[in-house]
Amino acid sequence: MASLDGNSVLVRLRARPRRRRYGPIGAHTFLIAAVIALAGPFVWELLTSFKSLTESTAVPPTLLPSNWHTGNYSSVFSGIPFRSMLFNSVVNALARTCGQLLFCSMAAYAFAWIEFPGRRVLFGVFLSVLLVPSQLLVIPQYQIMQSLHLLNTLPALFLPGMFSAFGTFLLRQFFLALPPELQEAARLDGANPLRIFWSIMLPLARPGLTALGILTLIWSWNDLLWPLIVNTDPGKMTLSAGLASLQGQYLTDYPVLMAGALMATVPVIVVFVVLQRRVVEGIALTGTKG
Amino acid sequence: MTMAATRTGARSAASAGESAPAPAGSRTTGRLGRRRPGGAARRSNALWAALFLAPTALGLGVFYLWPVVQTLYYSFTTWGPFGGHTWSGLDNYRQILHDPDLRSAFENTAWYCLLGLLGIPVSLALAAVLGRPGRRGVAAYRTLMFLPVVTMPAAVAIVWRWLYNGDYGLINALLRKVGIHGTYWISDPHTALIAVVVVGIWSTVGYNMVILMAGLQSIPRQYYEAAEVDGAGPVRQFFALTVPLLSPSLFFVTVLSVIGSLQTFDLVYMLIGRTNPALPQTRTVVYLFYQDAFIDNNRGYAAAMAFLLLLVIVAVTAVQFRLQRRWVHYG
Repeated sequence: MASLDGNSVLVRLRARPRRRRYGPIGAHTFLIAAVIALAGPFVWELLTSFKSLTESTAVPPTLLPSNWHTGNYSSVFSGIPFRSMLFNSVVNALARTCGQLLFCSMAAYAFAWIEFPGRRVLFGVFLSVLLVPSQLLVIPQYQIMQSLHLLNTLPALFLPGMFSAFGTFLLRQFFLALPPELQEAARLDGANPLRIFWSIMLPLARPGLTALGILTLIWSWNDLLWPLIVNTDPGKMTLSAGLASLQGQYLTDYPVLMAGALMATVPVIVVFVVLQRRVVEGIALTGTKG
Repeated sequence: MTMAATRTGARSAASAGESAPAPAGSRTTGRLGRRRPGGAARRSNALWAALFLAPTALGLGVFYLWPVVQTLYYSFTTWGPFGGHTWSGLDNYRQILHDPDLRSAFENTAWYCLLGLLGIPVSLALAAVLGRPGRRGVAAYRTLMFLPVVTMPAAVAIVWRWLYNGDYGLINALLRKVGIHGTYWISDPHTALIAVVVVGIWSTVGYNMVILMAGLQSIPRQYYEAAEVDGAGPVRQFFALTVPLLSPSLFFVTVLSVIGSLQTFDLVYMLIGRTNPALPQTRTVVYLFYQDAFIDNNRGYAAAMAFLLLLVIVAVTAVQFRLQRRWVHYG
């Protein structure tokens, strides 16, 4: 703006109230435009899922369905075994999340607070896993499942996903942030590491656990490549893979596809909306901490 | 104080690989085993550590570390149609260097990375506007803008395939209103890649925005007040204050965006599909890998491809960390 101090003060005095009055309107216009672009497709998805096939292909498109068809939803159930897929998705997401919360927090605690020979080297090895893209692991992982006769079973979906280098790293950061005096005091009181971990450290690391739990839940629910590979039997698929096969059957029958897509996403959207603060905090934490 | 803490946190996050062990070494007080250097205590500590580490060590070892070794081995083998494989030395790698499909897949992937970065300024603008102190309705806006992030790519692709449809899609319907005749966005080889990029950006903008907003909140208000007293306008403030102070978060988001783009698969698989005429123009390295490994059962070749991708990811990330010194300022 102005280089002279007196001028700049004047400019500011005049500019300030104006920015206050018009600023929010401009800002909200911008934000609402963004919301329309980002959330609008979901509204369209919902509306289309109630249209008839002919209405969904009408030119120009109609906004509201003239007749609210619920038949698209029953077509989803006849096209794919939706209930089993929902069950598989729930088991998969919960098993991965519980596994990671328990195993990662244990390992993270050891890395943060127990002194043992080779700790740094081992931690370095764990970290190196973070760099490896999952595709590199998929062929041998598939073969492990094959040799354990686990293909097309529930455990195939979640076994590898129960362990995570990322989760270990994230939680270690949380444990490290706790005051060392706690550990010292508990140790002097004669508590063993298991007790210190379970009754003192875990409760204090709750924000970290929540963040990791929610992220793992959402990622597991949405994961596509791995479930697509291990479980090819429709009754053993997760919903994400199920949607792919639904799309294979109802190529351009968009109302049915939208109904399927909507039903597959609703659980995770509900979890997100209920926990939205924690999800957002969790994401922000991974950006600043992990 | 809190700000300084998060800032250091951001650094260790962004440079997970190189600087993470450092804080571990600097905080040894209170750690079990430091006070009692006796042999018995050490042994007991090692036992406890083994107990705590066993599940993750076993899981990562079996499902993550050993597979890397195995994939490396497979990359030197050729697979028969019925599963058996034979050692073939460097054949796969030699073949890879002259594979036109892989070459174009790498080119496409590079475009996804570059164009995908355009989402970051968008996220930054949203974060700056939404994160302004006193803004109303932050939670509502944030929730709505975050919806694409939590939605599975499989479902996202279904909705967007319809929006992009050349005959009755919403995008062309809107374009028709302003007199533009839209194309078949995802089957036209000229536009398909851009169409995928747009969906990719659409589904990550909310995520980046949240991370950048957290970064913005850690910048003290006093800096802006001081800048305002010095006569810096909003634009000047943005480039002279916000960008440098936010650079650790921007760096983190950039690294994540590039690594994510390098592994693009879901969207191409669902949005484009196997029979799409624009597949050669949109196919990514991971898509080609999936096709070779699990459809054509050409696993040795796919393994070599995956290794090449790992090398590229490591190299690109290393370059980013190098360049980081030029533009990222840690407080």
